[in-house]
Amino acid sequence: MKCDIILAGVGGQGILSIAATIGLAAVEQNLFLKQAEVHGMSQRGGDVQSHLRLSDSEIFSDLIPHGGADLIISVEPMEALRYLPWLSESGWLVTNSVPFVNISDYPEVGEVLAELNRAGNTIVLDADGIARDLGSARSGNMVILGAASSFISMPFTALEDAVRKMFGRKGEEVVEVNLKALRAGRDAAAAR
Amino acid sequence: MHKLLLLGDEAIAQAALDAGLSGMYAYPGTPSTEIMEYIQASPQAAADGVHREWSSNEKTAMEAALGMSYAGKRAMVAMKHVGLNVAADAFINSAVTGVNGGLVVVSADDPSMHSSQNEQDSRFYGKFALVPVMEPRNQQEAYDMIFEAFALSEKYRLPVLFRITTRLAHSRSSVARREKIAQNSVALPSNPRQFVLLPAIARKQYRALTAVYEKLRTDDAVDGLNRLKSGNGRGTGVITCGIAYNYLMENIADRAGDYHVLSVGAYPLKREKVAALVENCDRVLVLEEGYPIIEEQLRGLLDRDVKVLGRMDGTVPRDGELNPSIVASALGLRAGQGREVPSLVRQRPPSFCKGCGHADLYQALSEVMAEAGPGRVFSDIGCYTLGALPPYNMVNSCVDMGASVTMAIGAADAGLFPAVAVIGDSTFTHSGMTGLLDAVIKNSPVTLIISDNSTTGMTGGQKSQATDRLESICLGLGVDPDHLKVIVPLRKNHEENKAVIRAELNYHGISVILARRECIQTASRNKKAEAAEKNKSRE
Repeated sequence: MKCDIILAGVGGQGILSIAATIGLAAVEQNLFLKQAEVHGMSQRGGDVQSHLRLSDSEIFSDLIPHGGADLIISVEPMEALRYLPWLSESGWLVTNSVPFVNISDYPEVGEVLAELNRAGNTIVLDADGIARDLGSARSGNMVILGAASSFISMPFTALEDAVRKMFGRKGEEVVEVNLKALRAGRDAAAAR
Repeated sequence: MHKLLLLGDEAIAQAALDAGLSGMYAYPGTPSTEIMEYIQASPQAAADGVHREWSSNEKTAMEAALGMSYAGKRAMVAMKHVGLNVAADAFINSAVTGVNGGLVVVSADDPSMHSSQNEQDSRFYGKFALVPVMEPRNQQEAYDMIFEAFALSEKYRLPVLFRITTRLAHSRSSVARREKIAQNSVALPSNPRQFVLLPAIARKQYRALTAVYEKLRTDDAVDGLNRLKSGNGRGTGVITCGIAYNYLMENIADRAGDYHVLSVGAYPLKREKVAALVENCDRVLVLEEGYPIIEEQLRGLLDRDVKVLGRMDGTVPRDGELNPSIVASALGLRAGQGREVPSLVRQRPPSFCKGCGHADLYQALSEVMAEAGPGRVFSDIGCYTLGALPPYNMVNSCVDMGASVTMAIGAADAGLFPAVAVIGDSTFTHSGMTGLLDAVIKNSPVTLIISDNSTTGMTGGQKSQATDRLESICLGLGVDPDHLKVIVPLRKNHEENKAVIRAELNYHGISVILARRECIQTASRNKKAEAAEKNKSRE
């Protein structure tokens, strides 16, 4: 088994907490893991990505080869498209539909969504809206992770346990909100 | 022991703590910052009383580490690659003094310049100084090699250069720990003149160093980290350095027998081992993250004995980091092909955070400079370099730490008036203060703006040595109190701030404007921490 994931977003959107959640779960599942992050200048509102590789055998490269990713998880729709060169032919793309506009020449949102539809195996959902409806606007990340969960080679309960661990320090309330977001994402994706 | 999930940087930090580290010295710089951050946050380091304060710059860090080594204890210093330029004087000479307690110098290179001004290769510095270099292949090896590095350092009484690159520094994997080693006790060097580099002593020690460097090649502590694996029959040989091995194996794991592979983890190389590879091969591909250092040595000046492939003949791109696809192409294998990036995808460069004080400063400065003329703002290394991008387009130089001040002096000498330098608070105490002293002595017609956000912002908000000290530093260096101004870069002060900047630009002498507002990232973190503290005390 191997599962190569590209995580995408804009610096400050918190893709690293998605990565950390999957990472925690992978360790508990006794999987091999490598996760390359971007620190430094790009974190200031630039495009950021993380290569996350899971396997039941030794992983060599920290970076995923072009055309080798099984999954792109993105918290921003245009950023999802930036990493298409890494996606394998049978790979899936799961992304938030809500654009993060901090540049003056951001393309027409309709065109971005149309391009995503052309990309094939795609799940696009309003993660921010789903999170807001749950009363936790900041849990959009976990909604996206939930929506992508069926493509990550581990049981859903492993991700739930990881969320408990990740947010445990912040109290039961925060844990519950994030678990709800995770499940809502999973359900929204399943409904498609 | 329980495995930890660690960044390469964190693996190095944890290893040093487990290997009996007594002092950690560093100045923040991507991709090395997390080494010190990990040690500062470590309860183990606190319990063991490990010294772990940020230094003012890489040179002061290197020297303090050397001082701890002089006193017999193990010390580590960490920096980004360009930081080693700042520390170079101390670093090169530390090879001639040698060490007493083990001394490991971590230099984190940034090929492809993710967050840097160049992609210099620190391995050159190892050869330059004549010290051993270690280059781990993965996170586990980064952890294990730190133990070897300290042992080697104490065996030969030499500093060891520990070279990593961005992808190892900032990639996470699981790491198994070793048994902890106790710290050394204080012990003076057995030779009281070892650290006194008067010419007569230095000559003797340098000659000894050149002999030791040759001995290192064949010592198992170095050579044992270089693994030669022969393949079947004649064919292609591959030499990999550090993490390049992973990119090779990513491509050939299922047919590794087709290749002869020399995987390098330490330098200088044993000649016989390289010869053993070359003799079995029709051609040798060299995969190095960084400069073609081994490749150039293999080719030599004449480049005719061995068929060498690498960065110098275009088999591998001359610049930029390696990745699995580049290595596949270099091997003549079919590289994975993904889809094209749709044409509507736009560049998204980094930008100032919403509500950043630097942005308000540049807004005011750009309006005043519109009156003064273009091409007069010299800047420096930090978040405020983003003032070079639209909408401000204000920054005309960004070269190295502190160069804003001194380039403005030189331009003013040439007759450019007004000349403005924009530097951050932490960069100013790193390398700007000496330049300001030059300006004071000459009374250069320069306006120095210190954009003081009271933190080291770009690297994630480390403590700034400048906090609460800038006025006294500037006055102490001799800045005229009438031309030392403080402004608060906020929208509501816009006109007032412009007036202050305009007045100082018109002054024919050195003036300093402190534009002071806390970094909004640090401010929001502090606020959250305070709230959490309050919640706790309520419980």
